[in-house]
Amino acid sequence: MPETEKTHAELAVKIEAMHKWYGQFHVLKNINLQVRRGERIVICGPSGSGKSTMIRCINRLEEHQQGDIIVDGVELTNDLKNIETIRKEVGMVFQHFNLFPHLTVLENCTLAPIWVRKSPKAEAVATAMEYLERVQIPEQAHKFPGQLSGGQQQRVAIARSLCMNPRIMLFDEPTSALDPEMIKEVLDVMVELAQEGMTMLCVTHEMGFAKTVANRVIFMDEGEIIEENSPDQFFDHPEHERTKLFLSQILSH
Amino acid sequence: MSEAAHAAMARRNPLARLWNDKESRQVIIQIISFVLIFAFFFMMVRNAVINLEAIGKDISLKFLWQPSSYDINQSLIEYSSRSSHFRAMIVGILNTLLVAVFGIALATILGFLLGISRLSKNWIINKMAYVYIEYVRNVPVLLHILLVHGMIINLLPLPRASLTIGDGAFLNNRGFFVPKPDFEPLFLAVAALFLGGVAFAFWFRKYARMVQDQSGKHYPVFWICLAAVAGVPLLAYFVLGAPITWEIPELQGFNYKGGMVLRPEFIALWLALSIYTAAFIGEIVRAGISAVDWGQNEAASALGITRGRTLHLVVIPQALRIIVPPLTSQYLNLTKNSSLAIAIGYMDIVATIGGISLNQTGREMECMALVLALYLVFSLLISAFMNWYNRRIKLVER
Repeated sequence: MPETEKTHAELAVKIEAMHKWYGQFHVLKNINLQVRRGERIVICGPSGSGKSTMIRCINRLEEHQQGDIIVDGVELTNDLKNIETIRKEVGMVFQHFNLFPHLTVLENCTLAPIWVRKSPKAEAVATAMEYLERVQIPEQAHKFPGQLSGGQQQRVAIARSLCMNPRIMLFDEPTSALDPEMIKEVLDVMVELAQEGMTMLCVTHEMGFAKTVANRVIFMDEGEIIEENSPDQFFDHPEHERTKLFLSQILSH
Repeated sequence: MSEAAHAAMARRNPLARLWNDKESRQVIIQIISFVLIFAFFFMMVRNAVINLEAIGKDISLKFLWQPSSYDINQSLIEYSSRSSHFRAMIVGILNTLLVAVFGIALATILGFLLGISRLSKNWIINKMAYVYIEYVRNVPVLLHILLVHGMIINLLPLPRASLTIGDGAFLNNRGFFVPKPDFEPLFLAVAALFLGGVAFAFWFRKYARMVQDQSGKHYPVFWICLAAVAGVPLLAYFVLGAPITWEIPELQGFNYKGGMVLRPEFIALWLALSIYTAAFIGEIVRAGISAVDWGQNEAASALGITRGRTLHLVVIPQALRIIVPPLTSQYLNLTKNSSLAIAIGYMDIVATIGGISLNQTGREMECMALVLALYLVFSLLISAFMNWYNRRIKLVER
């Protein structure tokens, strides 16, 4: 089916009529989302709206119970091989960094390339140093995560993901656990990544970041996508009442 | 310090001033504690010396070289009733070490299995481990020892009706009798191959690491090492026509003679200590693995690292640093609990030098001091080793 393959290849992520429950609780309701290659999506919404859960479904850290998720042309099912394939291509950055505390910064970055991509060590180290330079902390390579500041740790986490050469990057509130003065250094790295054409899905409340880099902003509430628009339209002319309320709350101070 | 504070301090008398100063108070407390402790021990020793003098006894270790005049049913070295008390003590030490080493090994294996089972999503495995742990750790270890010993003595058949395992092993209420190997010269070749295999395995692990670093190629290191250490020597053993003759135990009179025997006392103590300690180790392992942040698993999964590799590369190294300190305590407990051997007549340190030798010579001060010192040395050695291991795997924090 060359036809479908082509459409799949153009679409980095395709979610169709996806539902998810935690027991009785309906967390995600009828999610439909298409992300083209190179597109940058910002997802926002009040806490508990299901935005993190949604992007965690994309690399199967969470299972969905209904509907389809197709990532990079591969459908997510219980097929473990498919899940592995997708995880190799999809990088993720977490709110709490989740660096491996028993490994040095460099070892954090080379672990997956060595054991998953099976690259030679010298090659993995060279790639890691390249990315550590891009996030501007090559001098920390031989320190342990516990010795770095929050902002530095999050930049290492981004470099660690990039070392796998992912085609899609997921960011799950990457700056929410950071002190204000460290948010900028992480956002700078993300903006640069966006400018290079990486496909990105970011859950964030950094509205400045959304205005600068997003192609589309998605607003979620109570497990549903309420509104989906270009940043200009979204911030200046929000359509839905709930969006207006949310924006007034986060932009008021 | 403000003027007022200075003035307030100056008004007090010099002693009160010393006592109220933070640094000098610490020094004073230390001096007082030291004097009290020293005085206490001085009193104890003086008391002992005076009392021993009153009944005409001295403190001397000369009795150690007198013949012991008693038999020991399990000995790793040559021993008879004509040997010295010192030799009896060595026999006791070796017996304690034997059961401690085997106990620690079995308890660790069982404990890790239990800990992992307690985390299993499989309902049956999980609940079986739960029931085991809750039953075993809530019953005193002495009862476990008596129970296992009682089961061996009362439930296993008499020698005449022994359970036969394979061709030459017999299990009855006098122990577990197994054939004793008698090595022929050709066996040297098998032994050499085994040693060569071990050396090869060490070398191959390094080599595989090097190849992986250079080219990214992964060898199945575990299977190749297993083949080198076990496979090749086993093959050679059969190719060379099995160059071992087995001395098979035979029923003579009321019991088996020949071969090797694991005595019921040893089996009972070994199994009971292992079963009991494993329950605690299981909980320690479970706690250690659970304590590793779930985010670590998620981060590894998101990078595409498989479940097994995640355990080996990410979770276990972090869990070990939580597991090791309490695991050390369990090893120490097991070693010290082995002194309950006396309940079933296993001839350990307490039963030999701290028991029969003490009774026969009347040297209770010396014997108890020796027993105490020996346990102390064993425990400190285990602690030292485990602390060294713990330092090696410790996390580097800021």
